[in-house]
Amino acid sequence: MTSLFTLANICAAAVLVSLTAYVVLAGADFGGGVWDFLASGERKREQRELIAHAIGPVWEANHVWLVLVVVLLFTCFPPAFALLSTELNVPLGLMLIGIVLRGCAFAFRAYDVKPSATEHAAGRIFAGASVITPLILGICVGAIASGSIGKVSANAGTYARFFAPWIAPFPIACGIFALTLFTFLAAVYLTVDAGATPVREDFRTRALLAAVAVFVAAFGALGLAYYFAPDLHKSLMTSMWTLPQQLATGAAAVVAIAALWLRHYIIARVAAATQATLILWGWAMAQYPAIIPGRYTIDQASAPRATLVFSVWALVAGSAVLFPSLWYLFRLFKTRNSSPG
Amino acid sequence: MTDLFAARSQMAISLAFHIVFAAVGIAMPVLMVIAEWRWRRTGDEVYLDLAKRWARGSAILFAVGAMSGTVLSFELGLLWPEFMRYAGPLIGMPFSLEGFAFFTEAIFLGIYLYGWKRISPARHMLAGVAVAVSGVVSGIFVVMANSWMNTPAGFRLVDGVPVDIDPFVAMLNPGSFSQTLHMSIAAYAATGIAVAGIHAFMLRRDPANVFHRHAMSIALFVAVPAMIVQPVSGDLSARFVAQWQPVKLASLEGQFQTQQGAPLRIGGIPDMDSRQTRYAVEIPRGLSFLAFHDPNATVKGLNSVNRTDWPHVPTVHIAFQIMVGLGIYMALLGVWVTVAALRTRSGIFTDRRLLGAIAVAAPMGFAAIEAGWTVTEVGRQPWIIQGVMRTADAVTPMPALVIPFAVFSLLYLMLGVVVTVLLYRHIVKSPI
Ligand code: HDD
Ligand code: HEM
Ligand code: HEM
Repeated sequence: MTSLFTLANICAAAVLVSLTAYVVLAGADFGGGVWDFLASGERKREQRELIAHAIGPVWEANHVWLVLVVVLLFTCFPPAFALLSTELNVPLGLMLIGIVLRGCAFAFRAYDVKPSATEHAAGRIFAGASVITPLILGICVGAIASGSIGKVSANAGTYARFFAPWIAPFPIACGIFALTLFTFLAAVYLTVDAGATPVREDFRTRALLAAVAVFVAAFGALGLAYYFAPDLHKSLMTSMWTLPQQLATGAAAVVAIAALWLRHYIIARVAAATQATLILWGWAMAQYPAIIPGRYTIDQASAPRATLVFSVWALVAGSAVLFPSLWYLFRLFKTRNSSPG
Repeated sequence: MTDLFAARSQMAISLAFHIVFAAVGIAMPVLMVIAEWRWRRTGDEVYLDLAKRWARGSAILFAVGAMSGTVLSFELGLLWPEFMRYAGPLIGMPFSLEGFAFFTEAIFLGIYLYGWKRISPARHMLAGVAVAVSGVVSGIFVVMANSWMNTPAGFRLVDGVPVDIDPFVAMLNPGSFSQTLHMSIAAYAATGIAVAGIHAFMLRRDPANVFHRHAMSIALFVAVPAMIVQPVSGDLSARFVAQWQPVKLASLEGQFQTQQGAPLRIGGIPDMDSRQTRYAVEIPRGLSFLAFHDPNATVKGLNSVNRTDWPHVPTVHIAFQIMVGLGIYMALLGVWVTVAALRTRSGIFTDRRLLGAIAVAAPMGFAAIEAGWTVTEVGRQPWIIQGVMRTADAVTPMPALVIPFAVFSLLYLMLGVVVTVLLYRHIVKSPI
């Protein structure tokens, strides 16, 4: 076996880390949109205000993680990027529309000088797009993980080539799973952002309900994987790292739920984020060393060495600027005593 | 509509849309920081009000800029997968660095917009400076990637495959200096004059309004130097094009025959079939002089290459005339403002003719940016990478591209309308 720490693997890990950050951070912003959509009860208005307040300062920065995923992918793994954007052209296009509508509608609503006029329409679009985007993101990941990308010949029909790989039970189950996961993350984070207000209880209940939904969706997806993504299922169930990974994910989930139950919100936040991270890494480990299972391994898809070397340096230099700034941003707006204002 | 044409149109619409918000993202933070700084220096609350209003209005534009930029980074793959497969390792460098610049920009923007009461005034202003710096840096990186398409460098072609890749050389390709310089200046000129124009319009109705006076002064302070130097930077770009992309130069000048001592053509309509440019005012030897700083230099004509290697000449030529025309108007306006301001400080607020001339110029910078990019991009056709890869070979195999083209055009149209309405509300709500 070759070393784990090759340049290509380091770049692939950077893609994975960025994707994880996107899920853990921006995923919750989308989940917030879902809760905006589902706002109910007597504190409907307060719920919506809390969501807007929690997302406002950070969503643009959180969103950049996705840009980084794309950029790293086309720099370090150009054939994989070309293949993905060809075969997943339709869902990626739809996801983009969702991303644009969500972001713009949020900004329109937040910065309008006469909010009453736009609030309603923009609010609807913001919420609707927040539901659709995670769904499609999950579908794309599911299509990759199930190994159906790059299998159809270039002469196959339009449906077979551009639709069949993702309009399938397993990818759709992954889409639903992503949606429930983002919704869960959002509810958990919002219990922290709420501070000691009555809305906190609203989101505590919602987080617990969402946890059940995550559980159901996860087992649904796993069950479907057995039939529709057998390779993935096999390596998820039988590799040597399987047991520790699954135990750790399960433990994180239990801690998150217990902490919610006992109202230790900060612990719940950390545990929920850990749970999401471990799920993504489990997927990555299951398909390693493939980047697009059944088509490209990380090495086969990687750019020439000079580019990888440069990318690693760019990552180091970029992180030196990025992490302190991010830390400052989150310290300002996401610590407990940062009351709205 | 062929798929290729739909893809090109979608790319063009997306970029034409994004560039407006990108230019605002580069220059607007500078205006906000200056207003905030003036407030701290003078204690004049009007400046603070101005900074806050600008911030609130620009926040909308920033968000639309970020979203449309995200569309673009996906579109590179959704529309041009073969191009990205080929060019990714070469131009990924500036794009990755740009990614980090976006991060700093978005992070400090969040701090700037939401941090008025949370951090000290000095830190708040520093956050604004960080936004301004990362804005221009991201612009520079992405334009470097574009200029690589015009002057590809940093690799050797062996049997059509790039080898010996050097991403650093690719990033600092021959075109990068003149192009990034010209674009950065353009962003300050266009945004500055647009803002100044709006306030000049308001001042014509209400000349004593301090809010509009402060706003226009700051905007002009940024715009005027940029407008005055832009033709100089444009001359550098043109000479650079003459050297590296002779076919593009020939099309932007409507030069069909290779000619010694070629004339400069002002206006006119190039006819690709009869291979001549009609109705132009010709200045003898002007082109040779401008392009090579030698009145007797030989300028290559379009005839020196096959017609299949020509771009659509009238589009390029007319777009170039528009940019240069607007550029000259703006430069002269810049001189006028400078002279008027030097004569009496407050003269610029009361001279109705000058205010009118500034108000009229409001859309000109953005029009020049759109025209300039048309020159650059259409002028490079039929190549997506000059001399290396044809646009037709880069396009995705996906059929029915007219559908995404229609959908995204509609999306941009809708966003454009909403943004206009929202900004209009911001402006009419300004203090009277
Ligand atoms: C405020 C906007 C603005 C103004 C006033 C001008 N330009 Fe410009 N021009 C641009 C905005 C712009 C641009 C949109 O920013 C371009 C497109 C690509 C680029 O790098 O800059 C551009 C491109 C561009 C190019 C093509 C560069 C290439 O393809 O690599 C040339 C030759 C010029 N310009 C020349 C001029 C001249 C001689 C001007 C004289 C007045 C001028 N520009 C004014
Ligand atoms: C700096 C970043 C830019 C990059 C990397 C870039 C890249 C591209 C690519 C890949 C294409 C499609 C292939 C081609 O037609 O050559 C294209 C076309 C085009 N772009 Fe750009 N572009 C950039 C900036 C811009 C901007 C700001 C505009 C603004 C108006 C613009 C206008 C166009 C137009 C009009 C076309 C279509 C040309 C044609 O097909 O005739 N570009 N660009
Ligand atoms: C193919 C070409 C381009 C791509 C792929 C692209 C990509 C992007 C992306 C992903 C963003 C969003 C960053 C965020 O989330 O905050 C963005 C914003 C931005 N882009 Fe572009 N861009 C392109 C062309 C250009 C050009 C030609 C310029 C101008 C010089 C430019 C300057 C900027 C700036 C200044 C921002 C920040 C804008 C703001 O926040 O309003 N980009 N771009």
